[in-house]
Amino acid sequence: MENKQVQVMNGAQIVIETLIEQGVTDVFGYPGGQVINIYDALYNASDRINHVLTAHEQGASHAADGYSRVTGKVGVVIATSGPGATNLVTGIATAMLDSIPMVAITGNVPNSLIGKDSFQEINITGITLPITKHNYFVQDINELADTIREAFKIAKSGRPGPVLIDIPKDVQIAKTEFIPGSVVEPFPQAEVEDADIDRAVELINAAERPYIYIGGGAAGRGMTKDIMALAEKVDAYIGCTFMGLSAMPNSYDRFLGMQGMHGHYASSMANKEADLIIGVGVRFSDRATGNISKYAKGAKIIQLDTDLSEINKNVKVDVGLIGSIVSSFSRILSRCEKKNHPEWHTIVDGFKAEERRISDEAEKRATNPMTPKKIFDIINEIKDKNTIIATDVGQHQMWAAQYVDFERTRRFASSGGLGTMGYGLGAAIGAQIASGDRTVLITGDGSFGMNLNELATAVTYNTPVVIVLMNNGVLGMVRQWQTLFFNKHYSNTVLDRKTDFVKLADAFGLPARRVTTPEEFRDAFAAAMQHDGPYLIDTIIDMDEFVLPMLPPGGSIEDIITTKEKEASK
Amino acid sequence: MKRFVIAVYVENKYGVLTRVSGMFMRKGFNIDSLTVGETDDPAYSRITITLRGDDYAREQLINQLKKLFNVKQVKLLDGESSVEREMALIKVRNTAENRSEIMAATEIYRAKIIDYTTDTMCVEITGEPTKINAFIEVMRPLGIVEMCRTGVVALERGGSIMEK
Repeated sequence: MENKQVQVMNGAQIVIETLIEQGVTDVFGYPGGQVINIYDALYNASDRINHVLTAHEQGASHAADGYSRVTGKVGVVIATSGPGATNLVTGIATAMLDSIPMVAITGNVPNSLIGKDSFQEINITGITLPITKHNYFVQDINELADTIREAFKIAKSGRPGPVLIDIPKDVQIAKTEFIPGSVVEPFPQAEVEDADIDRAVELINAAERPYIYIGGGAAGRGMTKDIMALAEKVDAYIGCTFMGLSAMPNSYDRFLGMQGMHGHYASSMANKEADLIIGVGVRFSDRATGNISKYAKGAKIIQLDTDLSEINKNVKVDVGLIGSIVSSFSRILSRCEKKNHPEWHTIVDGFKAEERRISDEAEKRATNPMTPKKIFDIINEIKDKNTIIATDVGQHQMWAAQYVDFERTRRFASSGGLGTMGYGLGAAIGAQIASGDRTVLITGDGSFGMNLNELATAVTYNTPVVIVLMNNGVLGMVRQWQTLFFNKHYSNTVLDRKTDFVKLADAFGLPARRVTTPEEFRDAFAAAMQHDGPYLIDTIIDMDEFVLPMLPPGGSIEDIITTKEKEASK
Repeated sequence: MKRFVIAVYVENKYGVLTRVSGMFMRKGFNIDSLTVGETDDPAYSRITITLRGDDYAREQLINQLKKLFNVKQVKLLDGESSVEREMALIKVRNTAENRSEIMAATEIYRAKIIDYTTDTMCVEITGEPTKINAFIEVMRPLGIVEMCRTGVVALERGGSIMEK
């Protein structure tokens, strides 16, 4: 071995050295029989790579996901074979649906035992085939390092996503030469042809009511300034999908917020009234568009995406620009003419006024002072621009999407596409560890009950995660549907549990308070935000609170429900 | 619903066929036939897929195929500029009454009898799928015992080749 850099290592060491080579500083996971060698290599490299032990592999997968969402880096999770691997499935699917770059490493039984239903053997590449961007079963030690590098490349490239690498134990033990490499770059993205950019520019120049509609493909890619610049230049308004939240500061007056099923009235209406929709990294999902056959009938649509299968998938577009979203957008920006559309302002101002009226009326009618809006007003007042908001799934998630004021990008970690209840706590821990910034987990008693075991992780690592548990004793989102569409048949949505979350927190070793008024919440939240470590606030809210407005499933903006009273009396 | 034929160059690796066929299942496409085999370069396989669908399905399918990491090239083959062939093996009952009719049909369709016993005959036929369909209809009343079709393989006419 003339080259000093070349060292003979076992497969487990190669895994860890390749992760370090790819710039990984933190991994999440849980040891087990078929990754014991990898954990041994971690032990020896603990001064160069930090491992966070969670309570459950699912929590580790969500932590890796949260880690990625707030940094843009590839999240890494390690689990053993069999149940360890299957416990990752929900976390991997969550990352897949939201295009989050992740590398999941699983151990498996030695090649000689593969296919024999050996103890803790499972075909995890088969199981994860439809929920990964790509996956690998490594049969040869000599392919291990390059496979891991390729996995990182695929995870980061184009539309990001999760990649799984399954490594049988004999490959972890086998030895070979390890030649250090460098951090892999994503595959280069195609540049959109000039003629296509010009076609988009023509439509923009001709538009009178332009609406920029941004999604996960635009968020966190340094596009905020360009998006604002285009909105100013062509006099457009901006709305977003759930995944586009935190890409725009909510204080920006051209930004109308999230549109869709539980979106803002103003953005959903502006989308409807627009004569041109510029979709940037969006997939026109059913939750964001409502009934697709009635969607944007009078409008031209431009779609910018890096994934060619997204063009014309859900809606037929007039101009589809496939390639680098960032570069296409800036080329459009530089070529568009300066425009003024005063009539568009009048129309949108009307929508904004109506939205305020709806919201004010709802607050006035509220009998319990502890309304979701009040809680988020207090959170917005006390949090700072770097505070990360993580959520679980349900009513609380939609309230967070509607009410949280984001001030910068990559401050939101929430399961959009898959809608994974139980995502929040793991993701909040991962996001906090990634950023070092205080993280607020908005959760509900239903979601929290799914993976609250990760409280142990938050306590062990003393991660400053403030848990705002919006406790209404029911599975509120399903219950809301039951109220509206199922004659108030509250089938299995009234939890009727006797869990005392303050005592629970005490048992896990973190401080907690129960609050029932906005004043108590303000005190508790202010204290929690100063606390060095996790803190739980059991926030009691009314079970009859609704997420409004709401487009009924399969409905369009014409069917919008804005008040609880009107619907309940129907 | 139109019928179309898609040729796919893939890396000849573990699990690639599952990745391709799994995508069809995931996206709700129904395949009429799928054939796969090694190409002149053993590092690559060529998959030929025939299916029915509208223009939307065709566009989606091609785009989804292109996203698969092991897929190197995807090409839609149209009937005008490509040649298609399929083979079938058909085992029919061999009786005094139907023997001469089977042999006549085999002759006319340029098929071949490749196995002969006192009970059955096995006929091999190659051609475009429509020709095979027609031949099967002729054989059916004569008593098909068992049958096996390969599915379509197709190449473009002329010098056009798929880049790997």
